[in-house]
Amino acid sequence: MLKDQDRIFTNLYGDFGWGLNSAMQRGDWDSTKELISMGKDWIIDEIKSSGLRGRGGAGFPTGLKMSFMPKEESSRPHYLVVNADEGEPGTCKDRDMLRYDPHKLIEGCLLTSFAMSSHACYIYIRGEYYNEASNLQRAIDEAYESGFLGKDACGSGWDFDLFLHRGAGAYICGEETALIQSLEGKKGQPRLKPPFPAGVGLYGCPTTVNNVETIAVIPTILRRGAKWFNALGKPNNTGTKVFCISGHVNNPCNVEEEMGIPLKTLIEEHCGGVIGGWDNLLAIIPGGSSVPCLPKKTCDTIDMDFDSLKGANSGLGTAAVIVMNKSVDIIAAITRLSKFYKHESCGQCTPCREGTGWLYRVMDRMVKGEATPEEINTLEEVTYQIEGHTICALGDAAAWPIQGLIRHFRPVMEDRIKNYKQSHFTSAA
Amino acid sequence: MTLRELSASQPDSFSFTDENFSLSKRIIKKYPEGYQASAVIPLLDLAQRQEGWVSKPAIEFIADLLQMPVIRVLEVATFYTMFNLQPIGKKHIQVCTNLPCLLRGCDQVVKCCKDKLGINFGETTNDKMFSLSEVECAGACVNAPVVAINDDYYEDLTYDLMSKVIDRLVQGENIKIGSMINREGSSPVGNKKTLLEDPNHMVPKQDLLKAKADYEYQKKQKSISKGNN
Repeated sequence: MLKDQDRIFTNLYGDFGWGLNSAMQRGDWDSTKELISMGKDWIIDEIKSSGLRGRGGAGFPTGLKMSFMPKEESSRPHYLVVNADEGEPGTCKDRDMLRYDPHKLIEGCLLTSFAMSSHACYIYIRGEYYNEASNLQRAIDEAYESGFLGKDACGSGWDFDLFLHRGAGAYICGEETALIQSLEGKKGQPRLKPPFPAGVGLYGCPTTVNNVETIAVIPTILRRGAKWFNALGKPNNTGTKVFCISGHVNNPCNVEEEMGIPLKTLIEEHCGGVIGGWDNLLAIIPGGSSVPCLPKKTCDTIDMDFDSLKGANSGLGTAAVIVMNKSVDIIAAITRLSKFYKHESCGQCTPCREGTGWLYRVMDRMVKGEATPEEINTLEEVTYQIEGHTICALGDAAAWPIQGLIRHFRPVMEDRIKNYKQSHFTSAA
Repeated sequence: MTLRELSASQPDSFSFTDENFSLSKRIIKKYPEGYQASAVIPLLDLAQRQEGWVSKPAIEFIADLLQMPVIRVLEVATFYTMFNLQPIGKKHIQVCTNLPCLLRGCDQVVKCCKDKLGINFGETTNDKMFSLSEVECAGACVNAPVVAINDDYYEDLTYDLMSKVIDRLVQGENIKIGSMINREGSSPVGNKKTLLEDPNHMVPKQDLLKAKADYEYQKKQKSISKGNN
């Protein structure tokens, strides 16, 4: 188990205050000026050598992403945008950082923005997080009052403004280009890439969009050093990660652990095990609703990191582990996710707009078994026609859970169809 | 996608109260000059806080204020699901029914709301006190099932706990928001196994001067080796 002294989010459960004084007692805003005086290149190189990968789902190397921004500011200002539009089913880690540790995020915004020559940062928080947003806004106000933000932030000579922007309930705004569109006052419909945001982003200016957790861990990495972070976790999957374990475990919770922790350890050590015991496990979804589920036999041995889960045809995503025991109708569970993607499709690309609805309607019949066995193939084929044929990854996200279902639970689907046929044949006769 | 339309009956006019008008000016200032359209979501939210819902005159008023075509504001108002396009009850009960809540028994919470209030999703009680909605993931999944009532989250619910929440709302009592079983945030029920040490101390720090010197030295070495090539 990760030692407490190596945990970054020491107030994850809100045992202590979230205000400036409490945060400073826990070591936030310590030597921020000195860190800035180390220079932009040092900060970016330190993040690169820490091996930090984006915590929002895709796992792209953060230092590399930062280096995509133009070196010097031209006539177009640079922007950092923080993605706090947390809404991936199963995920609730950013919420704890926003409400209990907002100063980690705020300090991270300053350091990251400085490294990317940006004088302004917007935090886009989902509209439903009203109380979290009000904590964060008060924390921002405190930081301004103490001279940590604004002109000559922390006495570093760098001018920096930080703004909070609340969304209004659209899952798709968690996609970076949709988020930028939304921040500009438009419908949250993703943009084609290229141009990438680092070239043309918010207001047509160079922009980097990062997840809350990614930005919030940066001050601690810079303080303790890339070597410390790098020594945790596994090669290419370094550091710590906040996991959200929901569903059929005895004690669902958020917990910060080392990357690469075995799934079974995570569930048994921190969550009191699966309801009904490990043998009662049916499947888990390891990284938020968008990634394919894994059957029990994979869960027995799998490690929770980007590369291990990719190797198992799934993904770490946001590290939101949804646990399902044998009481679950797995077809109905995945159908609920199909309904979600149908609801959240922005309507821009035809394969997704039409496809998500089609998938949901077919899945709805599959729950009852009101289908033919051949339709399972058709269903699978259609998911591959959606995947990769849309502007953003929502189409892929709608396809993958169904592909995972068919890959691991095809016999269950076939039995359901057979039973439906039998019961209807018998009742007709 | 969901089909969302404006209400059939609309008020004659809309304008911000003086207080909200000056607040709207402050919101617009957050964005660079010429990009005031960025304030459209915050201002629609402000209008909804004032009136309880977003009406057509409110949309037109905001379009005028932000110098945007009305259609641009209309499409934003209809795209984002948090904007109520119909008048709504004083307490808006939004039940999450997504998978993590489903696994923890949100159907019982839904049943309780329907039993106690006598309304279905998308309906408002006759006394205009409660409206009931089904929402997608609220983002509090380890505290499932979750219900948002206006801006506040109520977590770890069961049929009985939801019933108590509604009773107290009816009686106009205050309820502590968050977990209904007194969990501390997202910590596990019972004895927690992590964060037992006192975190109130400085984080160990690397020797920044040495780090800087090492960094400069390595950079120099690199440029020398480049020069030799």
